[in-house]
Amino acid sequence: MLLLGLVIAGGAYYAFAPKPAEAQEVTANDVEAGRDLFLIGCASCHGKNATGIETERGNNYGPSLIGVGAASVDFQVGTGRMPLAQTAPQAPSKNPEYTEEETRQLSAYIASLAPGPAIPDGEYTDIDKANVDDIREGGELFRANCTACHNSVGAGGAMPGGKYAPSIKGVSAKHIAEAMITGPQQMPVFSDDVITPEDKRNIIAYVKQVQDQPNYGGLGGGGLGPVVDGMFTWIIGIGGLIIASIWIGAHGARVKKKS
Amino acid sequence: MSTTEQYTPIQDTGVGKKAAGPVGWLDDRLGLAGVAKKNLRKVFPEHWSFMLGEIALWSFVVLLLTGVFLTFWFQPSMTEVEYHGSYLPFNGLEMSQAYKSTLDISFDIRGGLLIRQIHHWAAALFIAAMIAHMLRVFFTGAYRKPREINWLIGVGLFSLGLVEGFAGYSLPDDLLSGTGLRFVDGLIRSIPLVGSYLEFFIFGGEFPGDEIIPRLYMAHILLIPAILLGLIGAHMLLLVYHKHTQWPGPGRTEQNVVGYPMLPVYAAKAGGFFFVVFGFTALMGALLQINPVWVYGPYNPSEVTAGSQPDWYMGFSEGLVRLMPGWESTFFNYTWSWNVFIPGVGGLTGLFVILGAWPFIEQWITGDKRDHHLLQRPRNAPVRTALGVAGMTAYGVAWAAGGNDIIATKFHMDIYTLTNIFRVGFFVFPIIAFMVTKRICIGLQRADANRILHGYETGVIERSPDGGFSERHAPLPASQQYTLTAHDRVPVLEAPAETDENGVAAPHSRKEKVRAKLQALYYRDTLDKPTTEDVQHAEEHLGEIDGHPVELGDEFQGVSETGVPRVH
Repeated sequence: MLLLGLVIAGGAYYAFAPKPAEAQEVTANDVEAGRDLFLIGCASCHGKNATGIETERGNNYGPSLIGVGAASVDFQVGTGRMPLAQTAPQAPSKNPEYTEEETRQLSAYIASLAPGPAIPDGEYTDIDKANVDDIREGGELFRANCTACHNSVGAGGAMPGGKYAPSIKGVSAKHIAEAMITGPQQMPVFSDDVITPEDKRNIIAYVKQVQDQPNYGGLGGGGLGPVVDGMFTWIIGIGGLIIASIWIGAHGARVKKKS
Repeated sequence: MSTTEQYTPIQDTGVGKKAAGPVGWLDDRLGLAGVAKKNLRKVFPEHWSFMLGEIALWSFVVLLLTGVFLTFWFQPSMTEVEYHGSYLPFNGLEMSQAYKSTLDISFDIRGGLLIRQIHHWAAALFIAAMIAHMLRVFFTGAYRKPREINWLIGVGLFSLGLVEGFAGYSLPDDLLSGTGLRFVDGLIRSIPLVGSYLEFFIFGGEFPGDEIIPRLYMAHILLIPAILLGLIGAHMLLLVYHKHTQWPGPGRTEQNVVGYPMLPVYAAKAGGFFFVVFGFTALMGALLQINPVWVYGPYNPSEVTAGSQPDWYMGFSEGLVRLMPGWESTFFNYTWSWNVFIPGVGGLTGLFVILGAWPFIEQWITGDKRDHHLLQRPRNAPVRTALGVAGMTAYGVAWAAGGNDIIATKFHMDIYTLTNIFRVGFFVFPIIAFMVTKRICIGLQRADANRILHGYETGVIERSPDGGFSERHAPLPASQQYTLTAHDRVPVLEAPAETDENGVAAPHSRKEKVRAKLQALYYRDTLDKPTTEDVQHAEEHLGEIDGHPVELGDEFQGVSETGVPRVH
């Protein structure tokens, strides 16, 4: 109980405490280098001062990045979503354009503009620290908060207007945690007040556990559920059995095939 | 036959001599020899499509066998327990006894997961095979008199199969099955006026309550299987009583059945097919994962997972609900949920009402009250075939709409666009399918007529003196001509009498007018088979040289199966 109190208090402190750039050592040089990268690669949409560019209709050409924090940049750039390849209902993840070093510099620059969610501490993305009970709790939180869009094994799901909840298979623990803190694209923000960093880690630990465990029962349908089962039923089951019945039907009871 | 078959009567064989004593003892007491002698020699015709129903029958047997195994460990109780089994991510999780025992079957009972998966695959196959069988019966007109009642029994089996499958899907009490149960709860509630009362009656209170799983269990393992068994028995008794339908051909008439006897041929074939079906379900159960209940987690009414789908056979119902616009209205302080009632309850009942009524509707339209034991080729009933394909298309659209989220994510499409396409498609695609199918049928009828009148293509290409190439046709063997023309002629349609014999306006004349109109539509464009005169006339011309430099002499024996002219 005491431990739980401490964890909650610690989590709460962590959540409320101002998070300057000390989580990762960032130097003025990083900020400067990040700004240079930003002006080359990002400013055409996000504006030279990262305040976003408004279109004539009042929409955003690129949204303001003031206060989005290092976590947001690390997620968007680190998963290759930014820079955007083309306008689309949603930015897909792809191979990152920037190196880790450059991503760090970009994050440092954006974080220097205004306070925002920092890149989560390594302690909270280390899923090996989660024990069995943590994983169970993570599973409960995952089912309550995440499966409605991301599916029960994190295979992803559809959303209106060509948008979608992406698959979270093969996504690093750090990026999942960042997505929860920053709520990229259609995703709601799950701030550290709502779901504590430990719980976030437990959720990630559960997802990784479900995705990494063997496919008990045989070849799975990618976690897509009964739609795939129905396909197998008709193609393999009925298809195969019809072939079998044609085979049986083709072999009459003739004693000799030819006279 | 060059060799003479030598049979030894069974009573003279070694086995026969030994068995004679006990068999005689049994026969003296049960008197089965008379019945058995007749029925074991019962003749069934041979065709692969006659075995589709057998797939359903054998999957049902697999379901009974595996189901018995599962009842040994499954506990149909919604009591909350804490899980401490082998599946570690759920260690210490609160869940219902039903879900816990399902996990135990999957992880802690030897062979449990295999049997569970075989059971589930067999269930999916059972219904798929019933539909395949039903389509075969539909498209060949096998449901016509005297088999209408057997068709109705089949529709009953199909609808009960859906309920049975759904009950089984709901038993494990995982998140997916609970979501499915919630869907059905919604269907029940959407029934105007009585919906909420019915819900409370079925669930024993507010959804989900703690009654529904024991109740569904009783229905799943006792009530519905018992009715299914009874109906299957009736279905097969009627099959034996009516005798099996057969394809037309030389020597096959409405009065006989040409085929092989039950013993030994069909006993071996059907027995063998049982093992094939069992083997298929076992292989699928062993190699393909189905319904991994452990990834869904225990049911909690506040949770749902993306990609929640029913098993495939309820997919059309799910799809219809997804397609329906969200119409609702309030009368007399009651909410009338058209958005769920029309597609959900209406869709399910509509399907079964249409299926059940079709034989009678067709009979009323055609006025055909004769017995039919010869099957029709789908092309020879173009409107029926086209209607069937149109129905399949509508079903298919609804079915695809049930998986619109999976289609959207897998093919990177907009789910709303898909829904709108399906909404329009539900009405438009069947019409297109009807027209296309009818045209294809008539085209095939023409091709048949062509084969009857002009013979078959020999593959012999001839060059005329002026350089033109043409293919030699040879007359079709009489047996094939017979087979192709064994169906009925299109009846001569008559306008209904406006007045009766006394010159008074005939009663029901409006109904008769509708019937006459439908009848005209039913037979419209259907190509009649060539008459005997047509065939004789064509035969005279087939021998003519007419562009063929080589006369088709008596020595021409047609072409072999591989297309090589026998003599030319």
